Amino acid sequence: MSRLPVIVTTIVFLLGFAVCGLHFRHFASTRVVADLLTDNAYLGVLAVGMTFVIISGGIDLSVGAVLGFTTVFLALAIGPWGIPAPLAFVLVLALSAGFGAAMGALIQYLDMPPFIVTLAGLFLARGGAFLLSTQSIPVNSPVYAALVGFRLHIPSGGQIPLITMVMLLVFVVCGVLLHFTRFGANVYALGGSRSSATLMGIPVARTTIRVYMLSSLLAGLSGIIFSLYTSSGYSLSGVGNELDAIAAVVIGGTLLSGGVGTLFGSFVGVMIEGLIQTYITFDGNLSSWWAKIVTGALLFAFIAFQQILSGGVLSSLRRTSAPA
Amino acid sequence: MNASPNGEVLLEISGLSKSFGAIQVLHEVGLVLRAGEIHALLGENGAGKSTLIKTVTGVQGRDAGTVRLCGQDIAPRTTEEAVAAGLATVYQEVNLLPNLSVAQNLFLGRQPTRFGIVQGGVMRKRASALLREFGLDIDPGRPLGSYSVAVQHICAIARAVDLSARVLILDEPTASLDAHEVEVLLGVMRDLAARGLAILFVTHFLDQVYAVCDRITVLRNGRLVGERETAALPRMELIHMMLGRALEHSVSTRDAGRPRGDCIGAFRDMSRRGSIDPFDLDLHRGEVVGLAGLLGSGRTETVRLVFGADKADSGTAQLDGKSTRLHSPRDALRQRIGYCPEERKTEGIVAELTVRENIILALQARRGLWRPIPRREQDAIARRFIKALDIRPPDPERPIGLLSGGNQQKALLARWLATEPRILILDEPTRGIDVGAHAEIIQLIRRLCEDGLALLVVSSELDEIVTYADRVLVLRDRKQVASLEGESVTVSSILAAIASDDVAPKEQAAKEQVAREEVA
Repeated sequence: MSRLPVIVTTIVFLLGFAVCGLHFRHFASTRVVADLLTDNAYLGVLAVGMTFVIISGGIDLSVGAVLGFTTVFLALAIGPWGIPAPLAFVLVLALSAGFGAAMGALIQYLDMPPFIVTLAGLFLARGGAFLLSTQSIPVNSPVYAALVGFRLHIPSGGQIPLITMVMLLVFVVCGVLLHFTRFGANVYALGGSRSSATLMGIPVARTTIRVYMLSSLLAGLSGIIFSLYTSSGYSLSGVGNELDAIAAVVIGGTLLSGGVGTLFGSFVGVMIEGLIQTYITFDGNLSSWWAKIVTGALLFAFIAFQQILSGGVLSSLRRTSAPA
Repeated sequence: MNASPNGEVLLEISGLSKSFGAIQVLHEVGLVLRAGEIHALLGENGAGKSTLIKTVTGVQGRDAGTVRLCGQDIAPRTTEEAVAAGLATVYQEVNLLPNLSVAQNLFLGRQPTRFGIVQGGVMRKRASALLREFGLDIDPGRPLGSYSVAVQHICAIARAVDLSARVLILDEPTASLDAHEVEVLLGVMRDLAARGLAILFVTHFLDQVYAVCDRITVLRNGRLVGERETAALPRMELIHMMLGRALEHSVSTRDAGRPRGDCIGAFRDMSRRGSIDPFDLDLHRGEVVGLAGLLGSGRTETVRLVFGADKADSGTAQLDGKSTRLHSPRDALRQRIGYCPEERKTEGIVAELTVRENIILALQARRGLWRPIPRREQDAIARRFIKALDIRPPDPERPIGLLSGGNQQKALLARWLATEPRILILDEPTRGIDVGAHAEIIQLIRRLCEDGLALLVVSSELDEIVTYADRVLVLRDRKQVASLEGESVTVSSILAAIASDDVAPKEQAAKEQVAREEVA
């Protein structure tokens, strides 16, 4: 039952890709696929963290702002402050992980709703980014040039840059973490029922804090990817990306109420969002706002679909009083 | 009753006391659990069963007394500490995770891992082996929520036992199961007892107690009434222990023999799975029908079906000879059926509103939001009922929360009477009211039915039922077991009906075997 949404999402993606391939010449090529991955690498990494948070029964609205802060911080650190790029990366990752842990601790120990805490986090991180600089700052660093230049060439013209490899690696590593470790099982347990998880002796506090820490850490990593992708830092980067990430996760079959979902589904969700954007780019005449409209329609359709499915689950639960 | 009743003492509770504020809910209670026995803990509402369990398992602290597990004093502060000590509890609500697989639920927090990776195959194999010990052959890879409540209960027990529990407390595990699933669970309990565990079984179902329990401990009003061997305790005596009533003292003051009016409501073959077995019910004009039975016997479930608050699985309803749909309280209200629920504070009065506003509430609801009752009419209605029911103080503008329990109850009655019902259902009308007001409410009940109303009254107070009811339906274990009328309505005949035993133990064991194979 819980696999069905992922299967449907995957079919929708494949159908969509096939439609685009028939519609536009040159669409079905490794180049387009590689660009689809690369253009959405930062969003993919955000969606990974968001998947953990949503499965645990929470939400993280701060990730887009953390991404924006990270790009500004990196641009200033590597430029005017003169910090070597690798050190700047480590610093910004530590900073964002600490930020997430703090939000998780507030949610856990003050029993505050994740929506409010991470909304406050959004304002803090975005405000911090503006405080650092309101300008778009270019990054000129030999390290950046080297990192951006590092590419894997695949047959028939496609190129996989470093940031795409990082994104795919994040999906694989976090997929193992979510689906094949005790920590992952605990994340599902939290989303299933907090009170039952507590009664079963699950370390609820530790798991909650780690989930938000992971989400912010990945938002920081996503910021690094975005910074490499654009070679600049701007305090308005990533505005609204938390919502794109949530949409991708939900389209990927994760229940907003928590406890059910897969990382693979989120990956397909990101790809669907990317595919819509790519279609519009190929078409050339459509306004790019259509991407938002189609994403909205898809999101609506998937939530309705899940509601019907979980209605089916509910009625099957009700039937459980019947003899098996 | 297969275990040796004189096994080693595993759990010994003595002198346990607990009070909440000024109210003492446990008075030096003691209990002994031996290895290999199933021990029933019985008592009516407010007897202190749940408090006892909570204080023993560390959910609540205790004021005095000792708990010894295997000869060691224990004082767990959390349920985890209790589990670590070897004392596990399974509640009526399964505290597992329906979204995770059965195997994950059994081993959550202690999954077999290699290099940090959970070994799914090993875990599922172990889960299968564990569940087979409990007579379950299910796929442990599927989500727990896809299995029946009975299977979920067995999984909860399996997890608890596997966490090295020696003492298992089952708090009403059978309350939400159907007959078939109950058999399975009782079988599992027997097996566990045979393996040397001690089981404390809290339930309202006396048939189940007699089917599996070796000993019985009865609490009443927070005090220990006694510990007996099941085999040596007749049902009648057990019920006396629980209700604390000696037959000789019950004096009936009924004036029976009123002429019966025509039939207003006829309910045939009404039932709801897992809540009440099929029953027939006739309500006549000017008649009071009492529903008697122990807590959990299906009294409230019966009236909720009649009122449409729960949806019936089967059955037909006829009002004044016409068949009627009663699918919701709205339908019932439209058919002029009123219901005063048991929980006056939470389901009945609106404490902040005045007496007048509370009285007109149901009438206004029936007329709809867009046709407000004129203030003058409201005042007239409120004055009339305050006078008729003698609500004190006779001030219609006083917030109802400031009135005494008895007067709140009268105002609630007034609310339903204002709608001029044909049938009025009263669930525990005298609960939480001081003794003086009891008599007044009973007087009122009698007077109401003289006005041609049909009354259906649920009450635990057998003495009271006997004084006002023309007919008494007795329920036991969600079944209607007797209908008493006229001269036969006495406290002793009601008690006898509650205690009657019609399930042969051998038949029980055979059913269980079949049931277990089928559920698996």
